[in-house]
Amino acid sequence: MELTGSQILLESLQKEGVDTVFGYPGGAVINIYDDLYDSSIEHILTRHEQGAVHAADGYARCTGKVGVIIATSGPGATNTVTGIATAYMDSIPMVIITGQVPTPLIGNDAFQEADMCGITRPCTKHNFLVKDVRDLARTIKEAFYIARTGRPGPVLIDLPKDVQVTKCKFKYPETVSLRGYKPTYSGNSRQIDKAAKMLLRARRPVLYVGGGINLSASNAELLKLAEITQSPVTTTLMAMSGFPQDHPLCLGMLGMHGTFYANMSVTDCDLLIAIGARFDDRVTGRIDSFAQKAKVIHIDIDPTTIKKNVAVDLPIVGDLKDVLGKLCDKLSEQAESLQKLVKNTAKWRETIEEWKQAHPMGYESSDTIIKPQFVIEKVRELTDDNAIISTEVGQHQMWTAQFFQFSQPRTFLTSGGLGTMGFGLPAALGAQVAFPDRQVIDISGDGSFQMNSQELATLVQYKLPVKIVILNNNYLGMVRQWQQMFFDRRYSQTVMELPIDFVKLAEAYGATGLQTSKVADVEKIIKQALETPGPVLMEFKISREENVLPMVPAGKGIHEMVLAS
Amino acid sequence: MKHTISVLVENEFGVLARVSGLFSGRGFNIESLSVAPTLEPDLSRITLVTRGDDRILEQINKQLNKLISTIKVIDFTGEEYVERELALIKVSAEAESRAEALRIVDIFRAKVVDVTPKSYTIEITGASAKIDGLIELLRPMGIKEIVRSGPVVMGRGAKGTAG
Ligand SMILES: Cc1ncc(C[n+]2csc(CCOP(=O)(O)OP(=O)(O)O)c2C)c(N)n1
Ligand SMILES: [Mg+2]
Repeated sequence: MELTGSQILLESLQKEGVDTVFGYPGGAVINIYDDLYDSSIEHILTRHEQGAVHAADGYARCTGKVGVIIATSGPGATNTVTGIATAYMDSIPMVIITGQVPTPLIGNDAFQEADMCGITRPCTKHNFLVKDVRDLARTIKEAFYIARTGRPGPVLIDLPKDVQVTKCKFKYPETVSLRGYKPTYSGNSRQIDKAAKMLLRARRPVLYVGGGINLSASNAELLKLAEITQSPVTTTLMAMSGFPQDHPLCLGMLGMHGTFYANMSVTDCDLLIAIGARFDDRVTGRIDSFAQKAKVIHIDIDPTTIKKNVAVDLPIVGDLKDVLGKLCDKLSEQAESLQKLVKNTAKWRETIEEWKQAHPMGYESSDTIIKPQFVIEKVRELTDDNAIISTEVGQHQMWTAQFFQFSQPRTFLTSGGLGTMGFGLPAALGAQVAFPDRQVIDISGDGSFQMNSQELATLVQYKLPVKIVILNNNYLGMVRQWQQMFFDRRYSQTVMELPIDFVKLAEAYGATGLQTSKVADVEKIIKQALETPGPVLMEFKISREENVLPMVPAGKGIHEMVLAS
Repeated sequence: MKHTISVLVENEFGVLARVSGLFSGRGFNIESLSVAPTLEPDLSRITLVTRGDDRILEQINKQLNKLISTIKVIDFTGEEYVERELALIKVSAEAESRAEALRIVDIFRAKVVDVTPKSYTIEITGASAKIDGLIELLRPMGIKEIVRSGPVVMGRGAKGTAG
């Protein structure tokens, strides 16, 4: 059967199980859009290519599937870059298809030409320029394989216009063979035995868990490991939904805005087991005072994360599901030693309990002014356990991480590594496309919301009932907080001088807008929003100079926190 | 410490940019770099010289391996290997220095490949240190231009690596 390149693309997507793509048309992909016109693949037209990428990212984060994006050459393609970099930093599987000028024009500064392979080389797991239609099917097969296996990540395929219209025989390859790419899934059993020994000897162990836990779907194995060894668990921003936050062994988040007890536990532990985490600087603070008393075991599928930032005593390369599974099995064989461990570590858990009592997470509540943390607690209370929460970037993001109490995997979508304002709304959109019947909520700041607010139109067009919570402090709050604490309150360019009428903005797009500055109305408005069909924007005018605490100032060790008074 | 690393890669579009971009993006240094196809036409070998402590070298090694286009990475440091570099050196040679230049060329088993009344162009192959030595001896005569290829290396013994 002879097909054109664009038909091969759509056929191949279907072979990969893709039923939904996000994108935006243009000259260099017009043939693909023509074929999409009568394809069974659903295409979601966002209002900006960045929105399309974040939407596909949100879709991927909550489903574990590969998100797919189509964008045109030149400006369409360059608009995807922030989204691609966001996904790359958080290891999110996606395939981005960009149109390119016809092959004879490449390099000529042709109309809407941009060197996408060059531009995205440092922010993709891999990328391809397909110059011959006969390579297309294999390239797509490889792109999906690379995106979803090993440490996942975005893969870009740049597809020149002439390749889209050239015909060739179509046969989708059954297998992939890439001699330079063979991720290690199975953990070395000798290393795992050593890990079990180290753990059984520990007196003050901590499990430090990162985003890999959700990516590898090894939440059950983690829970088991924590429970059989009674080891406390601290989660990074990327792992907040990876371990039940209300579990007695859960210490919450660590790092710059971590809990007092998580940061103290890491500082004092004698064994730190890093699980699918990468010792990011927002987690470690001053590196030479991070976990100095501990032996470190680092489990990760990507060898480059190991020993990148900190020395490691025992590296284990492999899939967390495999490694944690084997580790649990190994430990379970030794019931007596396990019992001894639980006894030996009892004092440690008591110490941690004392830290929890001394400085619990909390905030000063108020009857007169809306506290952002209060809104977040109310949203948690009034939504289902499987509600999907996305955030933008800033104070509201940290408060969500600190106060939402996530309990189910893949329910928290946030830009951790890149910290991209404007991520949350399109990510929520993508999540709602994936799960039309679940509650999806974007918790946003007034600044971030305006970075991709055009996607309100997409929500309305596709009847996606995403609920938006804007915690409006009329500030670029997180930057303002730094200016308050470290720059003498010189609020340079962080005051949002122009008050936006967010209700009218929502209504202009055909969505519902609700707004309040009264504490007493908060619950009512959230309930009303959840009961209202279609997208609803809730604006809460919050106490303007509320700060995110605890906070580890830049350059300090994570035990040197500024605490809430 | 100096390390000579041999990287076997897919001989495809953009592969050199992936490798060099990795070095520039992560702040690793490249002292020299040479690339050429191998016995198998779809493979290329990149030989590069870099410097760094153990931690940096471990990262370089892992990051190179992480590239999808990379098939094999060998750090020859601490191994038994043959190293060869080619250099062309254009040196001033007039009157009494002409004979001296030829003597030096002879001692180093180098070759004169181009002659003018005012200059010799000398070709030398050898370990980089030997080339450094020749350059030092020629320097007082006035070196007009040097082109060095950067070293290529191969492990000693009967066994070969694929490619
Ligand atoms: C695209 C982008 N630009 C700039 C920043 C730097 N930045 C981080 S937080 C922040 C303020 C966010 O303000 P808002 O969305 O109102 O959230 P708040 O902190 O007030 O809750 C800024 C400007 C960023 N993270 N992303
Ligand atoms: Mg704000």
